[in-house]
Amino acid sequence: MARSAQPLGLWAGAAAAALLVCVVFGSLAAVAWRAEGAARFGPADWAALRFTLTQASLSALFSVALAVPVARALARRRFTGRGVLITLLGAPFILPTIVAVLGLLAVFGRSGILSAALGWAGLEPVRIYGLHGVVLAHVFFNLPLATRLLLQGWLAVPAERFRLAAAFGFGPRDVFRHIEWPMLREVVPGAVLVVFLICLTSFAVALTLGGGPRATTVELAIYQAFRFDFDLARAALLALVQFGLCALAALVVYRVAAPAAMGGGLDRPVERHDLQGRGLALLDGGLIGLAALFLLTPLAMIVMNGVPGLAGLPGTVWLAAGRSLLVALAATGLVIAMALGLALAVVGFERAGRRGAGAALEVLGMVALAASPLVIGTGLFILIFPIADPSALALAVTALVNAVMALPFALRALLPALRGVEADHGRLADSLGIGGRARLRLVLLPRLRHPLGFSAGLAAALSMGDLGVIVLFAGGDAATLPLQLYRLMGAYRMGDAAGAALLLLALSLALFWAFDRGGRRDARG
Amino acid sequence: MTGCFSTLRPHMEDAVRLPIIIAGTVLAGAAQADTPTLTVYTYDSFVSDWGPGPQITEAFEAECDCRLDLRGVGDGAALLAQLRLEGERTDADLVLGLDTNLMARARETGLLTGHGLEPPDFDMPIAWDDSVFLPYDWGYFAFVHDRETMPEPPESFRELIASELDIVIQDPRSSTPGLGLLMWVEAAHGEDAPEIWAGLADRVITVTSGWSEAYGLFTDGEADMVLSYTTSPAYHMIAEDDDSVAAAPFAEGHYMQIEVAAMLAGTDQPELARDFLDFMLSDTFQSVIPTTNWMYPARRPADGLPEAFDRLIEPERALHFDPQEADARRDPALDAWLEALSR
Repeated sequence: MARSAQPLGLWAGAAAAALLVCVVFGSLAAVAWRAEGAARFGPADWAALRFTLTQASLSALFSVALAVPVARALARRRFTGRGVLITLLGAPFILPTIVAVLGLLAVFGRSGILSAALGWAGLEPVRIYGLHGVVLAHVFFNLPLATRLLLQGWLAVPAERFRLAAAFGFGPRDVFRHIEWPMLREVVPGAVLVVFLICLTSFAVALTLGGGPRATTVELAIYQAFRFDFDLARAALLALVQFGLCALAALVVYRVAAPAAMGGGLDRPVERHDLQGRGLALLDGGLIGLAALFLLTPLAMIVMNGVPGLAGLPGTVWLAAGRSLLVALAATGLVIAMALGLALAVVGFERAGRRGAGAALEVLGMVALAASPLVIGTGLFILIFPIADPSALALAVTALVNAVMALPFALRALLPALRGVEADHGRLADSLGIGGRARLRLVLLPRLRHPLGFSAGLAAALSMGDLGVIVLFAGGDAATLPLQLYRLMGAYRMGDAAGAALLLLALSLALFWAFDRGGRRDARG
Repeated sequence: MTGCFSTLRPHMEDAVRLPIIIAGTVLAGAAQADTPTLTVYTYDSFVSDWGPGPQITEAFEAECDCRLDLRGVGDGAALLAQLRLEGERTDADLVLGLDTNLMARARETGLLTGHGLEPPDFDMPIAWDDSVFLPYDWGYFAFVHDRETMPEPPESFRELIASELDIVIQDPRSSTPGLGLLMWVEAAHGEDAPEIWAGLADRVITVTSGWSEAYGLFTDGEADMVLSYTTSPAYHMIAEDDDSVAAAPFAEGHYMQIEVAAMLAGTDQPELARDFLDFMLSDTFQSVIPTTNWMYPARRPADGLPEAFDRLIEPERALHFDPQEADARRDPALDAWLEALSR
């Protein structure tokens, strides 16, 4: 029965998995192979490990806990500008870290507007640096992503369920207990895992907002192993530890998460009849307003600081912007192909009753989140150097690595949706003998437009803002926009850098907007 | 090329085929003339549009009948890591942008060779005599502040500790200025360095991974002082017509950063490489440095320095460790730094 969907999915999945293994583990193996001598895991590394786990766990828990009410409010309210707001709320996630950090500090820093307001009220300014600062920054980055992931969960609830709830006269509390809670049990663990893994490899944000070396993460230890000690064995060992943490976290989540049990629906738009109360509307409005205030104020500061420098930006910065757009589009195409292939293969395995194989492939798709960008970049360099000129490949490799790094998000968005479609329409398609390419074109793709558009937008925007491996590949005259931004800062030109940051923000958001909207063109809401 | 690498290779080639095709079209545009190419590895800010790179390339190509390929990799420490990664097969003919703190390790790699030039007289506070490395610019580390909000800055590390000021510094594990500060405190206070760091810990509002982040925080008003160079104010005076930014002179003296270049032993262009080193010490190269790299040129050009450089502070004592000593002190100094700031 499941045979029909398999050949296509398996081939694409195998190709995607091979590429992934090669980039993520091949690079690590290359670093380990190039290393001389064995590495030891010292007391400083244990401290780094402890801090990494603490900050990543807290960041993940806070991000998702706060995202639940925000996503719920966004899911059950319709208002003008809702789509724009959802896109804008996603902005922190796709900004280059340095830009986001400066934006955050313009609000929460020593001379930020919050401290100014407190000072005006005769209070002490806030002290942002410390573990709380790290968690605040990570919530700022990841609350939007967590919200989007949960929102997908809400949107995946079949409209019939809410109709039935309305027919039974369910109030919001009953809806929560019978519809939303089971959905959350399914979606929340995955969201927590994603945010945890993103925070696992944080380094510049953790160091800067953590206030010093007590905020040393494993990723910073890897950086030190490369740059300060040139101890490749240690770098490889630490990278392996990060993967171990990733696997461990994934295991925990698979234990906790409930299997999908939402049942079939008829693809109809959700209409909610349980939300008539005025108090509830106020509550939702307040929640959305607070989230917007928290996420958009730093963005507004980035825009304000950037406007003066924008007009005078040198031509090379615009040129770099064009280059970054091309890299982003290439990465996006690659991500979509890989994510779709992997998702088809995972679901193919599950339908064939081989849950273990499906789960293994799914974990593989997530593992790139725990990969150290520095290890990937260095490893790929070691691999490419003997056979080709790395500097000529700088942009191509940047696109490849960006694609691999964005894959987990795309997979996270695609998989539940694909499972849903197969559960709802798979049997019908099987009975009609629709398999292979026709199944993809007629049955799956039309119903995956939402998550596909979202994934493409996210991948494009992430790639646009990623400094990535280009710095390791000595691609001197083929600078991307993030690299130009860093170069402007490195040349004291903070005003121009702020202009470039605004340009980057605008382009990333435009890309995300275009793909994400494209994916929901004919969908209501 | 044996062992686990050979098992990797088949997958690997699949993975790079696509990029190679893409790159092929990019490469097709590049001229494949017979003119020799000199490949110089340097740090990224050197090759940026606002660094010395573009002017240096134009000037050298005008006289060498060759192509100069400047490739930027991260910062000085990344540059050394890159050389070690590539080893003897490196494409580099020259490396430009290491500093005295990295010299000992760079020499140990065995990848570099003697320049074979008669070193000229340098305009630096210390004498220079090295058969492998030639300096092209130098500067003093200093804490930079806003003159208008802070007319009387601290005049020593102890005064800084006793103040209520917030400073931002760079992490020595990931940044060359960060490592420079480590050496500064060592050179100025020797055995008391751990005590100085314990005191400074309360002043350090945060530590960044690189210079740009730290300077950005300072520009945004997040800190009162930032670790940078005595020459930093020159940028603001010349490019922004703003003389409010100043460096604070410290009584202990200021630690020097000397940036150097060296030839790769495996170069296939030894003549050209030597020509470049010669050019590097010429007026043409040296007069580009002050307003692009914002450092002192190793040899004062005949036309002198831009006027703004006369208004910079001149430390009474130049502190400096020779490369061996800097290297020997590095790890213990880092341990002391970590211990003091991790509390």
